[in-house]
Amino acid sequence: MPRQNIELRIRRQDSPTGPSRWEEFVLPWQPSMNVISCLMEIRKNPVTKQGQKTTPVNWESSCLEEVCGACTMLVNGKPRQSCTALVDNMPDGPITLEPLTKFPVVRDLQVDRKPMFEALKIVKAWVPIDGTYDLGPGPKLSQAEQETSYAFSRCMTCGCCMEVCPQYNTRSDFIGPAPLAQVRLFNAHPTGRMNAHERLDAIMGRGGLVDCGNAQNCVEACPKEIPLTEALGELGKQTTVYWLKNLLNK
Amino acid sequence: MAAPRIAIVGGGLAGLMAAIKVAEAGVAVDLFSIVPVKRSHSVCAQGGINGAVNVKGENDSPEIHFFDTCRGGDFLANQPPAKGMCYAAPGIIYLFDRMGVTFNRTAEGLLDFRRFGGTLHHRTAFAGATTGQQLLYALDEQVRRHEAAGLVTKYEGWEFVGAVKDAEGRCVGLTALDLRTMKAKAFKADAVMLATGGPGLLFGQSTNSLINSGSAAAAAYMDGAHYGNGEFIQVHPTAIPGADKLRLMSESARGEGGRVWVPRRQGDNRAPRQIPEAERFYFLEEKYPKYRNLVPRDVASREIHNVCVNLGLGVDGKMCVYLDLTHIPRATLKKKLEGILEIYEKFTGDDPCDEPMKIFPAVHYSMGGLWVDYERTADGFIDLGSPKNHMSNIPGLYALGEAEYQYHGANRLGANSLLSCVYAGQIGGPAAVLYAQNQAKAGSETPSSVYEAAEAHWTNRFAELARRDGPENPYKIHEELGRTMLENVTIVRENKKLEQTNAKIQELTERWKKASVLDNGQWANAPLSFLNQLENMLHLSRVVTLGALARDESRGAHYKPDFPDRDDEKWLKTTVAEFTPEGPKFRYDPVDVSLCKPVARKYD
Repeated sequence: MPRQNIELRIRRQDSPTGPSRWEEFVLPWQPSMNVISCLMEIRKNPVTKQGQKTTPVNWESSCLEEVCGACTMLVNGKPRQSCTALVDNMPDGPITLEPLTKFPVVRDLQVDRKPMFEALKIVKAWVPIDGTYDLGPGPKLSQAEQETSYAFSRCMTCGCCMEVCPQYNTRSDFIGPAPLAQVRLFNAHPTGRMNAHERLDAIMGRGGLVDCGNAQNCVEACPKEIPLTEALGELGKQTTVYWLKNLLNK
Repeated sequence: MAAPRIAIVGGGLAGLMAAIKVAEAGVAVDLFSIVPVKRSHSVCAQGGINGAVNVKGENDSPEIHFFDTCRGGDFLANQPPAKGMCYAAPGIIYLFDRMGVTFNRTAEGLLDFRRFGGTLHHRTAFAGATTGQQLLYALDEQVRRHEAAGLVTKYEGWEFVGAVKDAEGRCVGLTALDLRTMKAKAFKADAVMLATGGPGLLFGQSTNSLINSGSAAAAAYMDGAHYGNGEFIQVHPTAIPGADKLRLMSESARGEGGRVWVPRRQGDNRAPRQIPEAERFYFLEEKYPKYRNLVPRDVASREIHNVCVNLGLGVDGKMCVYLDLTHIPRATLKKKLEGILEIYEKFTGDDPCDEPMKIFPAVHYSMGGLWVDYERTADGFIDLGSPKNHMSNIPGLYALGEAEYQYHGANRLGANSLLSCVYAGQIGGPAAVLYAQNQAKAGSETPSSVYEAAEAHWTNRFAELARRDGPENPYKIHEELGRTMLENVTIVRENKKLEQTNAKIQELTERWKKASVLDNGQWANAPLSFLNQLENMLHLSRVVTLGALARDESRGAHYKPDFPDRDDEKWLKTTVAEFTPEGPKFRYDPVDVSLCKPVARKYD
């Protein structure tokens, strides 16, 4: 039996430095509702459960099919994309929505994940091609290599892994699991490998791989089941070999 | 003369490719996007990108790709740009291969290719069923490299609201709204390129991302840029419904062998797997024995409409058919279609490897868009040394990707959209550089009063909108707009209903004037931005609707039962809409069909 009404508790915050507050909303149940459609209903009639007029809730979303990463928030306390958070799959009782806690709040459920994009610069997450003119095909790749790399290349910079990582917080310099997994991806590519040392240099200092506390929360939280802990293990090997090589060459 | 700067609006495939090309020429880029560019709508493209690399020994060639594209578009596209695109396609796929895109591979380690609609060749390179995401990420990475080197400056969280023009009518910059501070600011640029995607939101729900309002292109149209072939809107045959959007189930599902069917008997409500083979109606295979399930999208959507509405055979009595993958081994499906299988299961709870998918047609793509120019060579290719390529009728204003109208005619073939976006960026970027470098007077030398005036105009406009406290809710107006557009301006079009739609849009425009902004805040005020967008969307909806009303024929995605045939004599013409405050004014331009003679469009 579907429920008749949907109750939501939403943590609101008007500005990055302002205080936060809870607001409650009640909506009539409709078929195939998800958290996003609830937020859309609220903006068509922004009135709280208590009957008070309020403003539409601010949130970030785009693709609504879990490929863009934008709509990540805490749904009932867990970081996930809110587009795939289907109301009919939720336990009874109010649904709580909160912004991610590891990133600065912009407004309401919207946060600023710029540090994740900046980290991709630090680790040089790209294949340094010569140019975009036509130079023929790239290197051959086995099906097995393609499948392994594809898993890592699906990372949508959503921030779930960062949210659950105990080492990723304002008191630490740790860059977090997502950008590290990109090092694993590009160091495996036949062209990207030529600059593997640059990426390893970037993650061997402060805030790099050694700051990982091996809690393994990241791999559990990833909505795309990216083998993050495998990547971290592999990078451990790569950095050790690289460190030894440097030592012997001195 | 100061070093030129080029402003690019939109960070999907087209915008990012253009940014890379401009940066490679050593010219600075200001890149504007309402979302972090990595979250652009290109991520939603699933099935692949076309290029006649001919790895399967089928004697495929760019010339056949070009023919398929022209015929798929029912011969409405100007042919030189389409030809240029098809011949550049293999090189474009190789380029992404070099950037590290994890394309699926053959046993030998070469790029693998699959079938797609409207062709008999294996021509579509793919990375699982998230090809658009993978291509976008590759360009995002390359742009980040140029950003780290200082040539690209990103303005993420900024919305284009209007072009800045000088006294001669050249585009010399743009005004953008900072979506956090809600302040409008004018930027200087020697050329402005709009790569702002399609207008799916005009139809309320579609397969498009929520950011695809079409508002930026509409703003340019209201600034005097012409809009081409607006009435051509593609309805994709296979999507799944949701309360917030319709989610695409890629054509690649059929490319990998998926079969579309309904029960032969009306009201047969047995579970699909209980219905024996002989009692299933594989309507596409029966009617189109040659192309079977891979007819072009407009054809497939019309057949679904016919089977569900006219024959009453829709699953559960709805506009719904089965898309069946259950005969294909699970391991194959996982390797080639994982992304969409995952999404189907997450949203419906059913595993498509075990249960036929229930699918519905959904608005998907606009063939129409801002009108842009090109320069052809004598042998019918694009003259890459011309600044005219991708320039709108406003000097210095360019348009790329789904925001422009150029490549797909009356209907786009599957897996040609990623290609057209990238090709547009590849040729449009250098064209803008040429333009910027060859102006007698640089755009950026325009007096600062011009920018101050633009900034003041938009500041006043948003201040006025921010005071709106009427009784109407803008999101409800949008919902009504979507409903009427969806009902009347999609698969089947009737003149009477189009006239009613036009009247409805005008009624909604009046109500828009009485809409509340809902939020008086000065920080990250999404309803304020939306209120502005909504007016643009209303204007653009009339371009689509009135363009459709005028075109009394059937061609590609535009189908009128009262005028069921293509009428080349009267209507082999590009629709060009010009903004006036009373509504769009239309003119009709000849189409360059000198390279590939229009023939009857048959897929049986």
